[in-house]
Amino acid sequence: MTATPIDNGFKGSAARNAAARARLLRGLLPALSLALVLLAIAWLNPRAISYFGFSLMLNLAIPIALATIAQMFVIAGNELDLSIGTFVGFVGCVTATWLKDAPLIGVIILLGSIGVYALLGALIHLRNLPSIVVTLGMSFVWQGLAILFLPKPGGKAPDWLLAIMAFKPPFIPFPIIAALLIAATVHFGLMRTSYGVILRGSGGNPAALRRAGWSVLKTKIVLFSLAGLFGVLSGMALIGITTSADANIGNGYTLLAIAGVILGGGEFVGGRVSPIGAVIGALTLALAASPLLTFMHIPPDWQVAANGAILIIVLAARVLISRRER
Amino acid sequence: MAAGNTDVIRLGGAEKQFGAANVDIVRLDAAEKHFGAVRALGGVDFHVGPGECVGLVGHNGAGKSTLMHMVAGTLKPDSGAIGVHGGIEENYSVSRAQQLGIRCVFQELSLCPNLSVAENTRINHASLSGFGWRRKAAGLIAAKLDEIFPDHGISAWDIVGDLSIGRRQMVEVARAFTVTQDRLDLVILDEPTSSLDAHTAGQLLAFVRRFVAGGKSCILISHVLGEVLRNADRIVVMRDGKMVASDAAAAFDRDRLVTVMGGTEAREKTAAKAAAAKPGNSPLRVRARPAGQTDGKDLVARAGEIIGLAGLAGHGQTDLLLRIFDAAARAKTGIEVTAPVALVAGDRQSDGIFPQWSIAQNIGIRSLARLRNGLLISPRREAELADMWKKKIGIRTPDMNNNIFSLSGGNQQKALFARALGSDAEIVLMDDPMRGVDIGTKLEVYDLVREEAGRGRTFLWYTTETEELDNCDHIYVFKNGRIVANLTRDELTEEKIIQSSFGDAA
Repeated sequence: MTATPIDNGFKGSAARNAAARARLLRGLLPALSLALVLLAIAWLNPRAISYFGFSLMLNLAIPIALATIAQMFVIAGNELDLSIGTFVGFVGCVTATWLKDAPLIGVIILLGSIGVYALLGALIHLRNLPSIVVTLGMSFVWQGLAILFLPKPGGKAPDWLLAIMAFKPPFIPFPIIAALLIAATVHFGLMRTSYGVILRGSGGNPAALRRAGWSVLKTKIVLFSLAGLFGVLSGMALIGITTSADANIGNGYTLLAIAGVILGGGEFVGGRVSPIGAVIGALTLALAASPLLTFMHIPPDWQVAANGAILIIVLAARVLISRRER
Repeated sequence: MAAGNTDVIRLGGAEKQFGAANVDIVRLDAAEKHFGAVRALGGVDFHVGPGECVGLVGHNGAGKSTLMHMVAGTLKPDSGAIGVHGGIEENYSVSRAQQLGIRCVFQELSLCPNLSVAENTRINHASLSGFGWRRKAAGLIAAKLDEIFPDHGISAWDIVGDLSIGRRQMVEVARAFTVTQDRLDLVILDEPTSSLDAHTAGQLLAFVRRFVAGGKSCILISHVLGEVLRNADRIVVMRDGKMVASDAAAAFDRDRLVTVMGGTEAREKTAAKAAAAKPGNSPLRVRARPAGQTDGKDLVARAGEIIGLAGLAGHGQTDLLLRIFDAAARAKTGIEVTAPVALVAGDRQSDGIFPQWSIAQNIGIRSLARLRNGLLISPRREAELADMWKKKIGIRTPDMNNNIFSLSGGNQQKALFARALGSDAEIVLMDDPMRGVDIGTKLEVYDLVREEAGRGRTFLWYTTETEELDNCDHIYVFKNGRIVANLTRDELTEEKIIQSSFGDAA
């Protein structure tokens, strides 16, 4: 039982090599699209490619990346979270009010909200409910709570949070370091650890997991709790950047997060997700969302539509490549 | 390791009496199970001793799978007792079964397609964790694959979804034999060879013999009766949820097995005469050339012919069928199709069945144009079509409006045949559709295919079972995506096919 050589890839059939090539291509697609967006920005405005430029352009990328990771955990279990956007907004409101004024209560509220996510996972699994319906309902609950905590825009981020988000490391802009850190941590946890395999397997073939003696209820609870945890981190990061909150601040994040996961090579069903891809997808969206379009002199009125067009183009390229796999 | 490397192929009965460990590995007493009103098992006594390979045969729906689910701990009997290693198990479950050394390779693949081979191995071994688990898991599965299927060509880091269905089955089987901390005494193999070609199936069965010779036990479920006869020490026959015979394998031959199973009498030879004289000048239905064919060989099928596609699994037969299917809708170079086409899928779970639909809806989907009444589907016509085929093909169900999953595997496949044969298609493509179907169903379908061919329908039939080729008028043998031999029925022998499949095609 020593480490036996396991690489006998050269024996693989041509069909399998083709599949592996297509998978590699698909794995590289998120990086390629990010490179493309960066090239376009560099061409339109060379001065943006600088320490200061990146810090500015990628400022909002950290909360988007965290929300995308949260969504990715849910998608890994073949579910979808339509409430992540308003949840980020809710966390933002708690951060700007309770967490600053009464840190203990703030922490309890945030931990409790992660617990609510865990319960949602259990509910969805036990009652066999469609996650889209449950989380759509929850999105109104979070929004309502957010308005309750902060009826009008305001509040203030805790000072320690502002300090973290304003951190300026030498040479490499903070958002890039944060993105690398998030991607590496989640990649290790989900793709490399032995329990990460079980989590992904629950999306791939839950019946097989059950037969092997694993609890699918537990995997669902863990996946939803992780989604809640990263949702909390996203909301806090967002308030650390914007310094004050608004109940509607995260509403756009739901669709951005889903798009980020898919852009990053994930699929809606089958447990096929990629943390690194998801973070890259989030960065691409953050860059394409406004800096690129501003540099292209597209009027703000048209930016949302142009953003959608970019999404369609990149996702279409992904579908074309996946089709070659078949 | 566990299996040992002895060359003993058969362990004499006397040798099994030795040793204190001569307690049944698993024993079921008067096990009963009902699913709603249906009795799946009616009081079965079943046991497996150490060092024996028990063959389990019976029709689809005879209760084999239910029985095996109980042994594996995935189903609890309504009444009756389960004992393992001599002790009675009160709270028997999958994890308990694994602790006690009982594993099961289920008929439907239970691998996670999004994970690698090594990661799938990890799922079955809770102890593969902590630092370096990836290397350990990869080493474990690679060693077992090497042991069972030398030259398997599978890397531990291959994503399972990228592997062919045959290779997936190899991984699944090898995984069941891997050992970490739990003991391993009994492996249940439910149709383990259904997706394997003759070569790898032989490797697997030879390994099973070595495994059993090493003192471990196996339950072998197979619809290929020859496999069971050659490899089992004892054969248990089930019918209608009961055990109807249990005897040493030597006491059975093929005919007796078929009779005890209550199957239709073996009538293979009728096949030969049925289509003996057929005019060679009936209209052309399909002319197709595989994509990789360079020497100009074509597959030609005429009206009323049954054409066999043979060769090792995954050598381009399915690809060609799918290309012909596509060509019927949109012209493709190298393929000529002159009539409507229907396809009977091989992987019925993923390519054949609409899981949420009733049996009748599943049958009617290919014939919607005929079932229409104005803009809507006429429920009456749909029911008529379904009832006609229920009678004609013998689908065993109280109500065709039941969900398709209320049927056993063989009956689901019958419904898919009914879908194709009930349509207007003059050309029926069959992609190894008899995988894991019992012998009675097979014989019924063979008859039907010949009958329909007699009416002028054309069948293109890819099969991994050489016996089925006896039904064909013409056989094309495939290798590496190309046609390497073209045999008429009279020339057909198993040796010829094996020769062409393994021989060097220039």
